[in-house]
Amino acid sequence: MTSVALLRQITDYANRPDPYPLYAELRKTPVVRDEDGPYLVSTYWEIKSLLHDPRVSSDARNLTPEAARGTDLEQDPNLPPAFIRLDPPEHDRLRRLAMRPFGPPHTPRRVFDMHGELTEIVSGLIDALRDRDAIDLVDDFSYPFPVTVICRLLGVPREDEKHFHEWADTIAASLDPPGTDEERQAQQESLRQARGDLAAYLAGLVEERRRAPRDDMLSAMATDHGPDGQMSPVEIITTAALLLVAGHETTVNLITNGMLTLLRNPDVLQRLRSDPGLAVPLVEELLRFEPPVQMLPQRTTLADIDIAGTIIPKGAPLYLMVASGSRDPQRFTDPDRFIPDRTDNQHLGFGHGLHNCFGAPLARLEAQLALTELVRRLDAPRLVEDPPPYRRNAVLRGPRHLPLTVSGIRD
Amino acid sequence: MSVDGYLEAFRRSGSIVIVGASLAGLRAAEALRDEGFTGTLTMVGDEPHEPYDRPPLSKQVLLGKVPADHTALPRRRAVDAQWRLGTAATGLDLAGKRVSLADGDAVEYDRLLIATGVRARPWPHELEADLDGVFVLRTRDDAAQLHHRLKAGPHRVLVIGAGFTGSEIASACRERELPVTVAERGAAPLVGALGGVVGEVAAELQRAHGVDLRCGVQVTGLEGDSAGRVRRAHFSDGTAVEVEVVVVALGATRNTEWLADSGLGAGPRGIACDAGCRAFDVRGIVTDDVFVAGDVARSPHPLFGYQFLSLEHWGNAVAQAEIAAHNMVSASTDRLPHLWMPSFWSAQFGVNIKSVGVPPMADQILVTQGSLAEHRFTAAYGYQGRVIAAVTFDQAKWLDFYERQIEQAAPFPPEFPTVDRRPEGMRPVAAGFPDPSLPSHGPTVTLSGHSPTDRRVSFSPHRA
Amino acid sequence: MRLVVDLNRCQGYAQCAFLAPEVFTMHGDEALMYDPQADDRQRENVRRAADACPVKAITVEPEDAAAAGGKAGASRVG
Repeated sequence: MTSVALLRQITDYANRPDPYPLYAELRKTPVVRDEDGPYLVSTYWEIKSLLHDPRVSSDARNLTPEAARGTDLEQDPNLPPAFIRLDPPEHDRLRRLAMRPFGPPHTPRRVFDMHGELTEIVSGLIDALRDRDAIDLVDDFSYPFPVTVICRLLGVPREDEKHFHEWADTIAASLDPPGTDEERQAQQESLRQARGDLAAYLAGLVEERRRAPRDDMLSAMATDHGPDGQMSPVEIITTAALLLVAGHETTVNLITNGMLTLLRNPDVLQRLRSDPGLAVPLVEELLRFEPPVQMLPQRTTLADIDIAGTIIPKGAPLYLMVASGSRDPQRFTDPDRFIPDRTDNQHLGFGHGLHNCFGAPLARLEAQLALTELVRRLDAPRLVEDPPPYRRNAVLRGPRHLPLTVSGIRD
Repeated sequence: MSVDGYLEAFRRSGSIVIVGASLAGLRAAEALRDEGFTGTLTMVGDEPHEPYDRPPLSKQVLLGKVPADHTALPRRRAVDAQWRLGTAATGLDLAGKRVSLADGDAVEYDRLLIATGVRARPWPHELEADLDGVFVLRTRDDAAQLHHRLKAGPHRVLVIGAGFTGSEIASACRERELPVTVAERGAAPLVGALGGVVGEVAAELQRAHGVDLRCGVQVTGLEGDSAGRVRRAHFSDGTAVEVEVVVVALGATRNTEWLADSGLGAGPRGIACDAGCRAFDVRGIVTDDVFVAGDVARSPHPLFGYQFLSLEHWGNAVAQAEIAAHNMVSASTDRLPHLWMPSFWSAQFGVNIKSVGVPPMADQILVTQGSLAEHRFTAAYGYQGRVIAAVTFDQAKWLDFYERQIEQAAPFPPEFPTVDRRPEGMRPVAAGFPDPSLPSHGPTVTLSGHSPTDRRVSFSPHRA
Repeated sequence: MRLVVDLNRCQGYAQCAFLAPEVFTMHGDEALMYDPQADDRQRENVRRAADACPVKAITVEPEDAAAAGGKAGASRVG
């Protein structure tokens, strides 16, 4: 069969709980054009090679005018593209600048030293579940945990979450392929609004931090002078917005998908309980098996690219179906089995190449800690419904709620 | 006994001797056990140390971050070998299948793997080389002694030769804030490995980090004081510098002297072997039971005109050892070719330099991404209209793509646009290698497949 | 504990330098330096680093092979 409407089926909400059979269908044609729309790439080696291909651009300005129609191409002066939507050299400069207060070489211990703080947040959230026999893992744990962490890291007041939560959700939803023209129009409208509000909110915060710096990333970005100079105010705002949204919308799914997978595989849950060290490879397997980011929908080509027998023409929109690639039987043995101590596991869960996930080390630590502590402390956790209700998002996929019953909370 | 029967018996209870107990030797031993070889395994090494890793010696060790004796290689698995360390092999009797050792002993083998590697080329004037303060850097002991001397804070260090090792030593000295002079006979550092265009960038890096870099000069003499300590170096341009430490970094010599009368095809350029790592004898006939791996081997590579490549590369030692080990215990039709893509890295002056392919074969170079002036770039090398090599300065994430280009014998200069193409990337220029020894025909062979087991070579007949 | 990094594979993702900063450090934006004989107390951090490496460049000596390695220091005929 051809591509006809496969993308539409993948994004169809009815298929959210289990898109994997559709990916298997898609992999029969590694590179295929979906209905007059984007080119979908679904096999491991092809995705990996395109992630390292200097003819592939993340900058929407390189789309053909026809393909660009309907994207949010018109530049929003309040929130221009962050480094995730840029190519080198701008991408490299901005990412280096953003990395300075976050990781090596300039701040190598920032994430490592958060270990104690992360443990404390996890303990606090689980402690608060005492005397409950029914919980929603998303609302009670998987959402508040990474949000608290990203807020502290950036220096965004946690109590403002009620404001920026909705903006972040709207921006995350905009990653999904647009539906009808009217839907698109409505989406664009609310997106513009959300971006404007978020930018205005962050602008105020950055100004505050510039005047009175604290030990957080916003302060560092506002005051730092390194070999690449300084970020402009608008660059700080777009970078902060990116990190805030990413911190919001991805780790929550990793943790929730993790707990769901463990509850579906009780033997693995038991193994993790008796051997917490298993969390390290288990989270890698999770990133392969149920990745929070299912596809990378924002690439295009600077030239005709001949790959797997198909020529992707210059300027075509390109969707890299990473969740499908990580289940490619040409690359992974038993790809549809969850094997927590899988050794040969170079998954695509955090992408690869230039745009590999900025927050990956933090997300890894958060998920390792969260899952270890959840299985240790939740007594007899059981799924209330399987599949659980999912969020609408197809790109950033995960359950909206994960109702569980427990018979108690251990110390 | 049938051939199959022989192989089975050999795999079960035969004896294998590996001469050379460094990276290639160790990885081969591990691979033999992984392949199911259960016979006797003897490891012969001239150094008294168990296998250790050399790349940290010119970096972490000289910087004082890691003691020289903390470089032992991790074992991937137990190898259950008999170790003859601190005992050099002194001769080989091909007919008698016997290796003689420096202590007068001899070991017999059914199959032999030679992985004796290289040693540092010493300063040619023996009396000057013997002066206190004159060093080479190849072994763990060399590194320990040089580090000890650098720690004492010499008032100036002279590095002779600005190849990768010499440049890394100079970088470590500058990081230790030691004054350092680098003398290079060629026009720029790294010029032999990466050509004049990239060599100029390396020169800028050195000067920006305060190296007193002198190119196009030779050291004509080292002068000692009455106590036999080196104190001055004289250059071919008539100048001289006062120095307390001299590091001779003039490349390497292959350890093949012990094979001189063996009848094996061994000489100063290494030991010639076929693509399956079997050694040639002096008649040009391939041997059945003698295999070669690592720096000492020269083997034909289909991607580079079947030239016999001799690669002093860490990754080649590992890959060739694994292929040699597999072939040593496999039937003829199960053997694999060594098709490793030449690759190396160097860290110097805070920059990560990586390369794939064979740059010195190139006639032209094109900066396809980034900028030479910013010291962050990717450049492709071309030979007769094909991509033959690539180099990156702090842009390693792009290198895989260029490796595929080399494997596919892609056209040079690349016809497509890339992200971050600058004006300097619009047309190729002469690569600037000092003495190109070019092969007689272009690559008409391509590689395909992603894993060692599905790698294939395909021929494209020459088009008129 | 002994370890080695295949720096041909390494592309400078720096995951190891985040997760085991006592053992792995970035030297500039992309070059990696590491302690090939890390303290045994770093084993858990090194394991996190090795598992997180996107190109699986880090080889850590398994604990059972370490025993065999220890013997190797002394040359012997047997």
